[in-house]
Amino acid sequence: MPTVRPSMSPLRSLLFLFFILCFTAYGEEEQFTEELLLRPLPDRKVLSHFHFQTTLPSTESYGHHHHLFPKAIYQLVHKFRVREMELSFMQGRWNYKRWGGYDPISSRNAKPPGVELWAVFDVPQDQVDASWKNLTHTLSGLFCASVNFLESSTTYSAPDWGFRPFSGNLRYGTLPREAVCTENLTPWLKLLPCRDKAGISALMDRPSIYRGFYHSQRLHLTSSEFDTVGLNSGMVLEQTLTVVLQPNTLGSGVAYTGGSILQPSWSMSSLFGRKVGGKCVLAKSSNVYVHLEGNLVSEVKNKWIENESQVFELSIPPNRVIKEVNGLHADPSILYDYSIENYSNSKPFDLGFRWKSSLVWSCPQAPLLASRFLMGSGNERGAVAISLESTGQSNVFRSADITEEICRLRVNIFQVVPWYVKVYYHTAQVFVDEQPQSLADVIEKMRVSPSEDKVSPGVMEILLRLPCDVNLATLTLEFDKGFLHIDEYPPDANQGFDIPSAVVSFPDFQASMHFLEDHSLNKSPVISKLQERSTILSYTEVLLVPLTTPDFSMPYNVITITCTVFALYFGSLLNALRRRAGEEERLLKSRAAKKTGRLSLVLPKLLAKLRGRPWEPPPQSAASSSSIISPKLVMKILLVASIAAGWQYYFG
Amino acid sequence: MEGTKKKKTRFWRWAIASVIFRLILIYFPKNLNLSSRPEVSTPLTSLRRLAEGYWLKQSSMSPYAGSMYHGSPLLLSILGPLTVKRIEGQPNQLLCSLFFVIADFITALVIRATGQNLQKAYTQSFKSLELAKLLENPEILSSGDIAALVYLWNPFTIVTCVGSSTSPIENLFIILTLYGACTRRVPLAAFGWVIASHLSLYPLILVIPVILLLGYGPDAPPRKLFLQRNFSKSGDNFSTTTTKQKEQRGQSAEPTLFLWRPVAFFFFWASLWACNVLVLCGFYVKEYGGLWEMFKSTYGFILTVGDLSPNIGVLWYFFAEVFDFFRNFFLIVFHINILFMILPLAIRLSHRPYFLAFVYIAISSMLKSYPSVGDSALYLALLGLFINELADMQFSFFLFCGYVGVSLLSPVMHNLWIWRGTGNANFYFATAMAYACFQIVLVVESVSAMLKHDRMIRKLSNTTARDGSTILQEPVQ
Repeated sequence: MPTVRPSMSPLRSLLFLFFILCFTAYGEEEQFTEELLLRPLPDRKVLSHFHFQTTLPSTESYGHHHHLFPKAIYQLVHKFRVREMELSFMQGRWNYKRWGGYDPISSRNAKPPGVELWAVFDVPQDQVDASWKNLTHTLSGLFCASVNFLESSTTYSAPDWGFRPFSGNLRYGTLPREAVCTENLTPWLKLLPCRDKAGISALMDRPSIYRGFYHSQRLHLTSSEFDTVGLNSGMVLEQTLTVVLQPNTLGSGVAYTGGSILQPSWSMSSLFGRKVGGKCVLAKSSNVYVHLEGNLVSEVKNKWIENESQVFELSIPPNRVIKEVNGLHADPSILYDYSIENYSNSKPFDLGFRWKSSLVWSCPQAPLLASRFLMGSGNERGAVAISLESTGQSNVFRSADITEEICRLRVNIFQVVPWYVKVYYHTAQVFVDEQPQSLADVIEKMRVSPSEDKVSPGVMEILLRLPCDVNLATLTLEFDKGFLHIDEYPPDANQGFDIPSAVVSFPDFQASMHFLEDHSLNKSPVISKLQERSTILSYTEVLLVPLTTPDFSMPYNVITITCTVFALYFGSLLNALRRRAGEEERLLKSRAAKKTGRLSLVLPKLLAKLRGRPWEPPPQSAASSSSIISPKLVMKILLVASIAAGWQYYFG
Repeated sequence: MEGTKKKKTRFWRWAIASVIFRLILIYFPKNLNLSSRPEVSTPLTSLRRLAEGYWLKQSSMSPYAGSMYHGSPLLLSILGPLTVKRIEGQPNQLLCSLFFVIADFITALVIRATGQNLQKAYTQSFKSLELAKLLENPEILSSGDIAALVYLWNPFTIVTCVGSSTSPIENLFIILTLYGACTRRVPLAAFGWVIASHLSLYPLILVIPVILLLGYGPDAPPRKLFLQRNFSKSGDNFSTTTTKQKEQRGQSAEPTLFLWRPVAFFFFWASLWACNVLVLCGFYVKEYGGLWEMFKSTYGFILTVGDLSPNIGVLWYFFAEVFDFFRNFFLIVFHINILFMILPLAIRLSHRPYFLAFVYIAISSMLKSYPSVGDSALYLALLGLFINELADMQFSFFLFCGYVGVSLLSPVMHNLWIWRGTGNANFYFATAMAYACFQIVLVVESVSAMLKHDRMIRKLSNTTARDGSTILQEPVQ
């Protein structure tokens, strides 16, 4: 069960993190652990969370040679001096309402769609961007994804405090439209010592994994290789795959008990279509956990106090049962721990979970449910609104900020907007329960770096202070839609452009679970991750903004027509300026006196022919026709002919 | 006398009526929503962007951070506070709109004063050419009143004023420059020129008409005629009236002599004002990018056509479509096109500097990178100043219909393309093209009509001179 505590001082949390880091590298040798956490979800689905962790002691003490830690990652860390990095591929959308938003797994593993990459570098300030660019290219090659599109300065940003509390040389970028598939999973699996040939990772049957409702594949890297002070504890590579799967109920059909629908029973083989044939021999520990949330446990207790086996049944008895230690809440969550060291190919591990009676429960929710939407119509302008809706867990707020006389709830919003959505930050408005508020009352801290055309995206970091009894708070910002050059549109321009997810976090709330363990030295990484304090964090939807398109087939027409208009202007104005009307009149008169036009000659001729009479040319016309073959003309023709002949002779 | 008085009251009545009309329109900004029309507000003149710049400044960022604001820091410091101030129950931008109404009204008054000045000078020069009978024509209208009313009642001006774009202020400074040059108020002319160029770059080319105005005085018939006249007179009777003529010249009734003093003063004052403006701007943007950033995001933005949002000009679609490889080439070509015509026009129209200024303004508002109807409103009003000279201009009805047609069609096409999605960018671009063509025809026709008018005067002057000389010479014979 998650606990709520007032925000810890940064120093303490750092120390805590440091402690864990030291702890994992205690053995001074490489370690690999594989774990799987399964959790039934209220809406008949099952969350499976694979967690693989490889640790490497510091290079100083251990040297460059290693046999478990992936060489590619090691080199990458050393080349670009990465302090911390996270790359995630996600497909689907984490349903915060049903699957919860107030536990370490959701706030760490619920990710924005597509690719998200952030990295902290241990280089001087002016080299961070260069390192970032190189890193994106390397990762793009490593994971067969278009991570290299994050290289352009229009796609990444440098958040100050909105994304993580202490972000020094942090760069953050997302690609919302990146499609995630097996081609990204395979290179990710290659980083594991056993790949997907043995151990828990053998469960990753591609069709069943990608069939899920949510799929997030994550790679988190922490390195203290470049720490000048303190203990050098090496690197930790954490690879997680979080999948939400629907148990296959087609065979058994929907079961009812007592009028309500029974939750579907599942087993590992029905979820993944595979069984675990023993552990990966290189792994130090290899465990499977079944996690029951506190709300579920309390429901179970409310209904059947005497025996929980009347509600559900595990096909294999767990090695041990770990209960959460928690002073605040009555019903702690329960972890059933299975070690699969004793299983082999001949005796595969296939855990089954069978519901016996129907149960309704809900997952713990974040204080406010964030969602984001667009307002307005047309392709000229619009507004983006972030709405924070209360989840009704009022007891959460009580403990939030008791020291102040007025209870305040702090919400941190971090939003990156691409440059072609030109946000007017002065139009920011905050509505609390549909009442407009003055910004000074509501906004505690705000940092904006406005977008620059074709250079950088707009970044907004806002710390809101909302009253605790808020039902609905809305932040709106107006924007103009930009117009791009035809080369800047993607192939399917009419589909629209994506605004990456905004990150909404609640700095006063931290999710962590406390498990009492008998032998803490043997602590597993998953449990330590669950125990680690993490800020409640949620991502909003990706927005699709349609932009106006020019006619893509027109460049030549536009160039020619525009140039024609310019020529018209230039020519006619110059003509008007240099025209001398008096002389022109004189010239016309003299020409009229000299000869009548050719047309006036042809017309009588035609008329005469029509009438059938012989035509008599006027007397001057003979002279004018004879003047056509003048000696001057003959000379000209001869000159041109001789030049042509000469040209032909010398150069032909 | 009574007639003129009547005319005067009528002018004032109409002028005040136009102000009241504006004030009424200001109260419906939400319904009209003019401030977001691409015809009215360009990236350079949009008040919304100015408010964003002011907000950035207030939150201790450079107003030019991001590509929102591209105007002058001075405008920001004057209008910025007005954008934030709200009066309960009144429209948001009320104070700014009132500011623009006042600017428009002052502009109209200055145009009127300029017109009266021009007409006086013109009458004087006609008298000295002994062509006074031309002026006895009852159709001669007081061009100042007409131009001022054209400016006040032009739908383009009203729309610009109500739609809160900053172009009324730019127009005011351009008009002030020309007024100062006409009346030889050198500091005023220099001030107007410096501020106008600072606000929108293009008025820089007005330096030529201003120099000519200061040097030769306001518009007059071709200089040759005066020389001829003087020659024939002085050849006639050398000895008697030379002193008198010299006095006349001293009064600059005859624009044959170029006065260097006011021009030198003009440059002195211009450099003084420019220094002032730069120092003030420097103070304003000192903590951020400095003056270089300011120039980059104002003049640089104008010259590189960075914003491709649609407007009534021809450049946006061209640069949205043209291949990147040629972009710089075409940028140079299009900007040079404005400069190319400066010299030929200055040579041909040097005796009519105010008309020359009109032509320059028309050309730059046609070829500038972010044109709006506010620029057109200015040159259309100036056209009213030459109503007597351009009386026999060709195609005037055609042009009128064209302007009306384009200004009705352009919003329709914009709506079809942007809001409904049924139209296409090409439709809107076609109206922009048509608008450019109409402006070209207007400029070319007005220039040729003016040249024709000069020719007419020359002819008349020659005939009167001949008649006069024959009459004069008769007793000698």
